[in-house]
Amino acid sequence: MSSSNYKTIVKDGLWDNNGVFSMLLGMCPAMAMTTSATNGFGMGLATAVVMAASSLLVAVFRKLITPEVRIPVYILIVAAMVTLVDLAMNAWMHELYKVLGLFIPLIVSNCLPLARLEAFAAKQPVLPSFLDGLFMGLGFTIALTAIGAVREITGNGTLFADASLLLGPAFKAIELRVLPADMGVLMMILPPGGFLVTGLLVVVKRMLDLRAGKEIQMGGAHSVA
Amino acid sequence: MKDFALMMIGAALVNNVILARFLGLCSFMGVTTRIDTAAGMGLATTFVITVSSMADWAVQHYLLDAYGLGYLRTVTFILVIASAVQFTELTIKKVSPALFQMLGIYLPLITTNCAVLGVALLLVEGHMSFLGATLFGFASALGYSLVMVIFAGLRERLALAEVPRLFAGPPLGFIVASLLAMAFMGFSGISTG
Repeated sequence: MSSSNYKTIVKDGLWDNNGVFSMLLGMCPAMAMTTSATNGFGMGLATAVVMAASSLLVAVFRKLITPEVRIPVYILIVAAMVTLVDLAMNAWMHELYKVLGLFIPLIVSNCLPLARLEAFAAKQPVLPSFLDGLFMGLGFTIALTAIGAVREITGNGTLFADASLLLGPAFKAIELRVLPADMGVLMMILPPGGFLVTGLLVVVKRMLDLRAGKEIQMGGAHSVA
Repeated sequence: MKDFALMMIGAALVNNVILARFLGLCSFMGVTTRIDTAAGMGLATTFVITVSSMADWAVQHYLLDAYGLGYLRTVTFILVIASAVQFTELTIKKVSPALFQMLGIYLPLITTNCAVLGVALLLVEGHMSFLGATLFGFASALGYSLVMVIFAGLRERLALAEVPRLFAGPPLGFIVASLLAMAFMGFSGISTG
């Protein structure tokens, strides 16, 4: 595979085919875990690790998996990877693990990893599949961090609050206060804010795509679950 | 009795699966373009959630807890759910071929509906009794179906409206869902003990 194809994989994952803003997949953690930019970032990274690892495994075993039973096999591979991430985070990133809670095991039923396995890793060689999983996951991380940042700034007036607590002391420097403490609109951190910000950010992406002279995607991949 | 009633109201309305817990959003956005498919999906998901709540409770208590296999929870639950979906598919096919025709491809997709796994994990974390777990699963699923049908009704109307091109489709759906979530926040005044 030539280097231009790798470039397409990177660009597709990060922006053109962004899991959240273009394909509208993996919406549950994208709204539930984005009450702050730090939470969104942590959730995104956990998903990216699972996606990269399971894409790699499916690509390695793609010739051995019979088409009739491929979906259960994919789900089991993803479930195994999620269990590993779950245990590792519980051991080494316990604070973040406590915040993300339920949504770490729920990566199993996130539509995004499964959609990429079915659409890409099942048919492609190992390296491109791994990169596709990784960059789709990183695109997911960017989307979650963006939603989290907007909700945190408008709701709380802070950005990356508690990053040093959740991600490690090295992240102390990125904790910011953007607005004074009493300027926050509580609604943005509550569930309605999640729907609102996600909807508006999809519009922003469409605007940017339109300005760059690209076709805007009207639908989104509604096929999976 | 009163405890169970309050718990069910809490699970269905106050902590609604879709609008408060953000579970099952793919189906919420995906199959709510028409009221009848949304209602059918709600019905099938209600059945799956109730069956898998009971099965997952039993698996957690008699298998995972009994043999100290807690770390296998995610893997086992997803297998139980996949089997429950298969079971539902066979049952509906036998009992009501008409409904089976209507739901068609949506049935197998319930496996990856995170509301099912989410409810199962929630009731295990809540340390409920068997009856409590069953009722919790059933009530959560009813709340899910209710919101699916309401949202489908709204979207049937929206489809006829003329909206700015940038907002057409999902973005407007999200904004409508946001207003719906705000309305459901009104239920949070109910004390559920």
